[in-house]
Amino acid sequence: MFKESEIRTFIEGTTNYFETSAQQSASVGSPYLVTDGKPGAYEYTGVIGITGARKGIVYFTAPRGMLTVLLMRMQETDTSDENIKDLVGEVANTISGNARRDFGKNFVISVPVIIAHDLEKVTTPYQRSFVIPINWRTHSAKLVVCLE
Amino acid sequence: MAIAPRQKPMLKLMIVDDSNIIRRRIERSQQIARLEVVGSANNGRAAVEMFLRTQPDVVTMDLTMPEMDGIECVEELVAINSDVLILVVSALADKATAVEAIEKGANGFLCKPFSDRQLNDALEELLSEAEA
Repeated sequence: MFKESEIRTFIEGTTNYFETSAQQSASVGSPYLVTDGKPGAYEYTGVIGITGARKGIVYFTAPRGMLTVLLMRMQETDTSDENIKDLVGEVANTISGNARRDFGKNFVISVPVIIAHDLEKVTTPYQRSFVIPINWRTHSAKLVVCLE
Repeated sequence: MAIAPRQKPMLKLMIVDDSNIIRRRIERSQQIARLEVVGSANNGRAAVEMFLRTQPDVVTMDLTMPEMDGIECVEELVAINSDVLILVVSALADKATAVEAIEKGANGFLCKPFSDRQLNDALEELLSEAEA
C-alpha cells in the first residue's frame, strides 16, 4: 500500500517543476487523504496511469488561468486550448517521471490522458487518494496520487 | 586581403517529443543558431521515418511517447546511422533509464523539467562533441 511518507517524492517533484520551468516557486499545502473516491478536479487534468511495481494513477489538475500564466512564464506565446492541454499533460508526466528517482524503473508511467472541461470524467481507480494542494501566484491547483 | 574565417557548417537537428510545448522550447534555444531544424516528430515511429528522410546530425529525444518509445527509437536511429548525436530529454529520472539510453547509443541525458540555461548547456556540450 502507498505510504504517507512516500508523498514527499511528489511534493518535491511539484516544487521542482515550478522552480525550474516557471522560475518561480509554488507553495505546497499540507497533503490530505481523501477516502470517498472524489479528490476533485479543475478545468484541465493530465492523468498518468501507473503500472509495474505500483498500480494506480497520478493526476495534475489546474484552472486555465494558472496554465496560461505558466505557459507565458515558459516564453510560450501560443496559449490555445491545445497548448493548455499539452501543458497539463506535460506537468503530470514530468512529476510522475521524476518519481522514478525514488521508486525506480519499475514505476512505469503511461503517456498522459487529458480531460478538459468535464470534471465528472475525472475519476480514480481506488477510494483512497492523497491530495497535494498547490498554490502558485494567485492560482490553486492539485496533484492527486491514487496508488494501491 | 583579409581572409574570412571559415564558417562551421550548420548541423541538422530533429526534435522528437510528444509535447508541442517542449518541441517549441527546444526550437527557441540560443544554441539553435548553430542548428537547422529539419523536422520534429511526436512519436518514435514518425521519428524513424523522418530520420530516414531528413538525415539529421543531432536529435533531441523524449522517452515516454506513444507508438514507439524513445529507447527503442534511439536504438533504431543508431542502427541507421551510428554517427548521429542524440540528447535524451526526459522526465524519467531514475539512473537505470539514463544508463540504458546511453548504452543504446544516446550521447547525453537532460532531465525534465529543465531551465533554458540547462537546455543550452546540454546542447552546447553535444555540439562541442559534434564539432570536435
